[in-house]
Amino acid sequence: MDNLFDKLRRLRADEGDEPSVRTDGGTATDSSRSGFREFLGSDFVQSMPFWLPPFLLAGFFVYGAIGWNLLISLTDSSGFGPVDYSSLDFEMYFRAFGDPAFIEATRNTFVLLVGFIGICLVFGLLLAILIDRHIRFENTFRTIYLLPMSLSFVVTAQFWLWMYNVNNGMVNAFLGLFGLGPYNFIGNPELVLPAVIFALIWQFSGYAMVVFLASLRAIPQEHYEAARVDGASTIKMYWRVIIPQLTNAVISALVVLMVFGLKAFDFLYALVGGFQPPNGSDILPTLMVRVAFQKNQWAYGSAIAILLFLLALGVIAPYLYYEYKQGTI
Amino acid sequence: MTDATTTQTEQTEQTLTDQLTIYRVALYAVLITLVGFFLAPIEAGLVTSFKTTAAVTETVSYMPPGPEGFTLQKWETAFDQLLRGLINSFVFAAPATVISALLGSMTAYGLTQIDWRGQIPLLALLIAGIFIPYQAVLVPLSRIWSVYIPLTDLLWFVWAILGISDDYGRLMALSISHIAYGIPICTLLFRSYYKSMDIEMIEAARLDGASVRKIYQRVVLPLSTPMFAVVLIYQFTQIWNDLLFALILLSSSSSPAAPVTLILSGLGVAQQGTDFALRMSGALLTALPTLIIYILFGEEFAEGVAS
Repeated sequence: MDNLFDKLRRLRADEGDEPSVRTDGGTATDSSRSGFREFLGSDFVQSMPFWLPPFLLAGFFVYGAIGWNLLISLTDSSGFGPVDYSSLDFEMYFRAFGDPAFIEATRNTFVLLVGFIGICLVFGLLLAILIDRHIRFENTFRTIYLLPMSLSFVVTAQFWLWMYNVNNGMVNAFLGLFGLGPYNFIGNPELVLPAVIFALIWQFSGYAMVVFLASLRAIPQEHYEAARVDGASTIKMYWRVIIPQLTNAVISALVVLMVFGLKAFDFLYALVGGFQPPNGSDILPTLMVRVAFQKNQWAYGSAIAILLFLLALGVIAPYLYYEYKQGTI
Repeated sequence: MTDATTTQTEQTEQTLTDQLTIYRVALYAVLITLVGFFLAPIEAGLVTSFKTTAAVTETVSYMPPGPEGFTLQKWETAFDQLLRGLINSFVFAAPATVISALLGSMTAYGLTQIDWRGQIPLLALLIAGIFIPYQAVLVPLSRIWSVYIPLTDLLWFVWAILGISDDYGRLMALSISHIAYGIPICTLLFRSYYKSMDIEMIEAARLDGASVRKIYQRVVLPLSTPMFAVVLIYQFTQIWNDLLFALILLSSSSSPAAPVTLILSGLGVAQQGTDFALRMSGALLTALPTLIIYILFGEEFAEGVAS
């Protein structure tokens, strides 16, 4: 607080070309300005240089690009050369719905998102509750649990490729203790998606933990004590009293985890070092990039991108509306 | 009578403490097992990166190599192959991080601290930009930089004067793209901070007749330092770790301007099979900058991801 006042005092000193006027605590605004000059001096106009250029830059790259992408998806553009915008139709969308590769990728995307987000939320909550039990070295534990999140997908893909190795991987060594395996996780179309989901959970459950921990700490201590006095067991206390208060945390973690899940493109690309992910793990983001940038089918790729965007929007739009209603934006 | 009661209470207390101890021991056992879970892939990668090709197949994956199986050669190879990428990544990630953080701070100030109508819809639009899947902008993005603003050609004299490959024009495009797509998240992070900032300070400065710009420079910006730490760390990690944009805009890991993640994704793949030791050392080398930042500033990183 002292620091703030110091800064303020310095600011006043800097502004001190007419210090004598300021004895009453401030100057009245000049009322003789004309309407236009007042508009120019208004907060709105004065604040424009701050937010307008970045807003336009981001707006162009986000919304301009999405609109453009929509337009390209309505053409038949493929191969090299300029895009022909003369005939627009929904042909590419019909093509997508009849394409077995698209259907499979959509199914895999849903499996990946539901499995990854669901398990991540539950596991993250358990981690948060464990960390919240007044333990020693709390910071150390938390730092270690969150550490994988600071790594690139490209890096974690290398680690997990080695973990899942058939001959010498640690996962197969562990399963061998129970007389299971060895399994070819990456090569088996049945196992590769669960294996990828597991790796993603490893990387991001720390994130869910941090979000839940912040909101556990925001719950007043009395709620715990009241539940204790009522004689509730620890499990009952969390189930009945604490978890219902975490709705906001669940919703925001869910949305962010979805974004991370859709970024699994990087992970799948790095697993094989190419556009074609292991058989059985093709998701919409990998399909879209492969169609557009390997096969140069721009219009079809754009159509898949729009469908993926709509899928994400189905989660994001209600979330943003909810946040807006809550007044948290 | 009294004696008996006392002993009984003592006994109950004793069992309670016992139970409590068992409970604490179990708790720490679980916590430590989880540490093992989260560190295992990194540990396996670390020990493998020091193994000779023979030792990789002969020894257990999570055990350190014996003296005859130990080598630094994989790290040297990885360093040779990735050095160019590490430098390129710094060259494009550092300015992108700083500029997007600064622009985010300015946007948040303009849309939070200055009172005028219509801020919320604009903010909602910006914030929605955080969550979009980037696939939805990829085709236009690659067209913008290859057809409409080909920096490789437009700035040919810059690359000629500096004597570097004109592929650095693509790296510059990558940097600008990361700035544009980083503005929404930076704005959101700064906004939550500015909302909780002491409004009296700004009011007082206004009463003193300070302009919108002066208030930003003299009051808001200096007070934003802790948030800048959070945003810079978060943004740098995000930009450094990205593969998708680099892949689309640079297209080839053999490009002289290729960032490290792009080179790493194709490292150690040979006809004879995967050279895991080389891959592990390359992965660790790529992760090193973000790991160092994370270990030094774990708190700020956690704060960044939590909001």
